[in-house]
Amino acid sequence: MIATGVAATARIGARGDGRGGTALPVLEGDGPLALRRTRGSGSEARVMLVGAMSGPLGGDRFAVEADVAEGARLHVGSAAATIALPGQAKGDARYDVRLTVADGGELRWLPEQLICAGGSDLYVTTRADLGANARLVLREEQVLGRVGEEPGRLTSRLTVRIAGRTVLDQELACGPGSPGGWDGPAGLAGHRAVGQLVVVRHEFGSEPVTARCLGESAVLMPLPGPAVLVTAVAPDARVLRRLLDEALGSLTPGR
Amino acid sequence: MSRAALLVLADGRFPAGGHAHSGGAEAAVKAGRVTGAGSLEDFCRGRLHTAGRVAAALAASAALGVDPVSLDAAADARTPSPALRVAARKLGRQLLRAARAVWPSGELDALARAFPKGAHQPVVLGVAARAAGLGPVDAAYCAVYESVSGPASATVRLLSLDPFEATAVLARLAHEMDLVVDQAVEAAREVVDNGVDALPASSSPLLEIGAEVHAAWAVRLFAS
Repeated sequence: MIATGVAATARIGARGDGRGGTALPVLEGDGPLALRRTRGSGSEARVMLVGAMSGPLGGDRFAVEADVAEGARLHVGSAAATIALPGQAKGDARYDVRLTVADGGELRWLPEQLICAGGSDLYVTTRADLGANARLVLREEQVLGRVGEEPGRLTSRLTVRIAGRTVLDQELACGPGSPGGWDGPAGLAGHRAVGQLVVVRHEFGSEPVTARCLGESAVLMPLPGPAVLVTAVAPDARVLRRLLDEALGSLTPGR
Repeated sequence: MSRAALLVLADGRFPAGGHAHSGGAEAAVKAGRVTGAGSLEDFCRGRLHTAGRVAAALAASAALGVDPVSLDAAADARTPSPALRVAARKLGRQLLRAARAVWPSGELDALARAFPKGAHQPVVLGVAARAAGLGPVDAAYCAVYESVSGPASATVRLLSLDPFEATAVLARLAHEMDLVVDQAVEAAREVVDNGVDALPASSSPLLEIGAEVHAAWAVRLFAS
């Protein structure tokens, strides 16, 4: 028997409902990627990504697309961590996230961690294309291996474009089989959790944020555009989340 | 093409100011992550496959004649640390000054006009290689070698490491440097056809974090 992976694409479309709120004319889960609308706050619509099966497994092709129109505010979370696992199908798994936010739209993309279990092999791409006045909060957290387990292999590329200009394009490669030195002193140096937080706000163009260190293992960095990136490494997922939450809190006072 | 020109450009004594930068080694030594030849080798290997790979593809692309303005913007997007962007432009400006004197060329003059505050060093390196009559492979070799030789020679000073041991580290990485050059030149040829999104974007969280921590120190031996 030749096993083949699962291909699934979930889609979310958000637009202003004309009464100061956000409507979701598109909310299409697919197979293992189920979507639930949950209670939002104020003008913001909230969607929860619910894993209806385990995975991604080797050979799987998952994609999530979210499109936020002018005047809409969307918050996307996930019900639980995503766990990449080895599969029966040959080859790596892919997970592609495509986010578009129009001028005057806002997206808060705050899923739970991605955990790369031993033996898994996953290639993730996350691409956010934003209008000049779009707002974005995007968090990604990668955890290498479950507790006490050797990590799987992960390659994760994160690209952010604002008004067609690329302000961030970076790829993290880690786990057995990745190019050498990934866990060395210029790589992760034994840290098993790594995360990125991207905040895009056009006000950063006129009032630039200055770079600052958030301890010895996290930094906040203004990107070449109205955006900041927080990069953090931590011994585990809990410490990582605390670092990123603190950083987000410092960027969004009163929230 | 003159092979001797490659030696001139790659020479550690080429007056482009690289000796003032440690390539992240000073921060890694202070943090206790680099303590001797073994950890230096692992540090250099990690840098080679991340910053070195990106620098090599940028330099090879510039050597092939890809628009330096688009390459510089791509370098910015691949360098989230502002301290590293400043260092890369400072090194680029110094290299450009030296290269214009050594290999006068209209392309180098145009680059200086387009970037009065300096372009990213690997982009300048690629244009300088063109001016010297060199090709994309040569430019990529210069970039990958610099990505590891800088930290190695800085560590000799920082840890009083035996220079023989530091040089042996570089020799042991030679085969991996060849592989990274091959991949970088392949990526650069794709850039010619498909634009700068085809450039690699390999990154290392601790090099970025370390660069910002280092930039915040009041006293340091190296500029980056």
